[in-house]
Amino acid sequence: MDPITFEVINIVIVALLAWGIPLQFIPLMIWLERKGAAIIQDRIGPIRANIGGIRLFGFLHNIADVIKLLFKEDVIPNHVYRFYYFLAPFWSMTIALIPLMLVPFAAPITIGENVFRFQVATYQSGILLLFAITGLGVYGIILAAWSSNNKYSLLGGLRSSAQMISYELGMGLSIVAILMTYQDVQIQNIVEAQSGFLKVFGITFPLPNWGMFLQPIAFITFVVAAFAETNRTPFDLAEGEAEIVAGYHTEYSSFKFALFFMAEYANMVVASIVIATLFLGGYQVPFFTTEELRANPQYTLTAMLVLGILTFLILGFLVYKRAKYISVHFPEPLGKKEYFFISYALFVLAILFVILIPVVLNLEYNDLASQIIVAVFQLTMILAKASIFLWLYVHVRWTLPRFRYDQLMNMGWKLMLPISLLNVIITGIVIAL
Amino acid sequence: MVKVVKRPEVKGLRQFYLVEVLIGLYTTLRHVIRNLIYPEKLPTVIYPEKPKPIPAATRGLHRLMKREDGSPRCTACMLCATNCPAFCIHIKAAESDDPYIEKYPERFDIDLLRCVFCGLCVEACPLDAIRMDMPIISFTGYTRQDFILTKEKLLDHDNSDFPHAPNYNPPKPLDITHGPHHNEFLSRIKK
Repeated sequence: MDPITFEVINIVIVALLAWGIPLQFIPLMIWLERKGAAIIQDRIGPIRANIGGIRLFGFLHNIADVIKLLFKEDVIPNHVYRFYYFLAPFWSMTIALIPLMLVPFAAPITIGENVFRFQVATYQSGILLLFAITGLGVYGIILAAWSSNNKYSLLGGLRSSAQMISYELGMGLSIVAILMTYQDVQIQNIVEAQSGFLKVFGITFPLPNWGMFLQPIAFITFVVAAFAETNRTPFDLAEGEAEIVAGYHTEYSSFKFALFFMAEYANMVVASIVIATLFLGGYQVPFFTTEELRANPQYTLTAMLVLGILTFLILGFLVYKRAKYISVHFPEPLGKKEYFFISYALFVLAILFVILIPVVLNLEYNDLASQIIVAVFQLTMILAKASIFLWLYVHVRWTLPRFRYDQLMNMGWKLMLPISLLNVIITGIVIAL
Repeated sequence: MVKVVKRPEVKGLRQFYLVEVLIGLYTTLRHVIRNLIYPEKLPTVIYPEKPKPIPAATRGLHRLMKREDGSPRCTACMLCATNCPAFCIHIKAAESDDPYIEKYPERFDIDLLRCVFCGLCVEACPLDAIRMDMPIISFTGYTRQDFILTKEKLLDHDNSDFPHAPNYNPPKPLDITHGPHHNEFLSRIKK
């Protein structure tokens, strides 16, 4: 295969992957938001929507939501500026889906003479382009707010855009510290530098070599700024349902509202993956370099299976506990059995993995197979690391109250900016030594 | 006099917002772990599959009490309708065939859309003819007519279906067979 064709196929496959990840995470995130809120507040959460008694832990509520939003009347008020009014939701969603094209999901693998990159675009500007694109997201909000031609929308959009622009400073400066640490702007090089054990001044620590240990202050400021950038609590002034109706999407109904709603969650997924990439070693498996994993494919697969067993056992246990609770209360014949069936299926999968371990240890692997195994492992790794932050988003939302507008601005300009600047100065001094 | 309330001073590490955030996150995390491992301890009431038992003293829907022969105890004395603050009881009295009973309600309607479930009709009734001890607290209807309890609906129950609350002593109905003028009354009727 000639290099040009290979490159095109590579880009198409990885672009579909990078495009599908946020889209697939949106329903999962909505479910997690509801269920997490319920569990934090000592409730059961969504279980009512069912098809013949099958509930799937409340996942069917998403389908009900989508059907409801599709069939709602699409009201277009007379007083809006139509072109921008239509443009805003599409703009938001588009900008939310682009940044992941710059993030590597796994180490590149060599097929024959060609290199298959798990990254759509490797620009020289790397991370700077990523933040340039995410910076465009504020235009969706401003367009929606202004074109709605409505006091409440404008107030919400004003708050939201002011907040996003303010916190981009803290975000950018914490990124500057990271760039100084790794002496590189290309994301794939930053991720590659985060493999193996943590080494500071020649001393090896029993920690993975992640950005969050090298740059703890930058990590905290970046996470806080990411919360502000995605308009989540405690920074969701834009929604402020007590003061303004719903913020910038007051005038939107039906599927245009759904697009804004989805864009918020897509932004969260993107922000989580970017945090994981910069500060948690991206696709790197903790403590091991890619070469070590590729040299011992059987042990890599064993590690994957062990992690899978642990996951299935924990999930199966939780589902089993819940199955006993649900089966007491719901009389439907299917609903009584469904949760038990799922939990037993998870246990059976765990047992299957246990049986697979000796099989895997005795297999012969060629070079390509081992590379593919490592790529899959690394893809699950980055998604697992991003999931930590996705849960943190939900967890923080149902814990903290909202900031007042002046508190928000004070924190952005008088706290985040000086701290990030100080961090840059300290980093410079340490590097110069 | 103005009383100045001092703000509680925050000392030590708690002055940093991040520390407070972490404490709050720890609190909610405790709830998450507890609810994931022990879902049976959740206080949620699964309604309507498993509603909570209704307390015996609940004022539910009304019913008219029946005599042994199935006729209503009510004698259309209008005390309940007079006492009703919402004016939701409408009684049309008629003369009774029974020589012992002066009147009986030909129509006895309770408009549930007006009723405020105060229980004053039950208090007012000298014969214990109306009660509000039906264990029905949610009722629905498609039309306004569905919310009017007619005499037939009020009598459509079995006395044994709704046992009384413990230590509930209803007043005994007036026994006219043991009054001072009983014999005289009988002889007058026989003529």
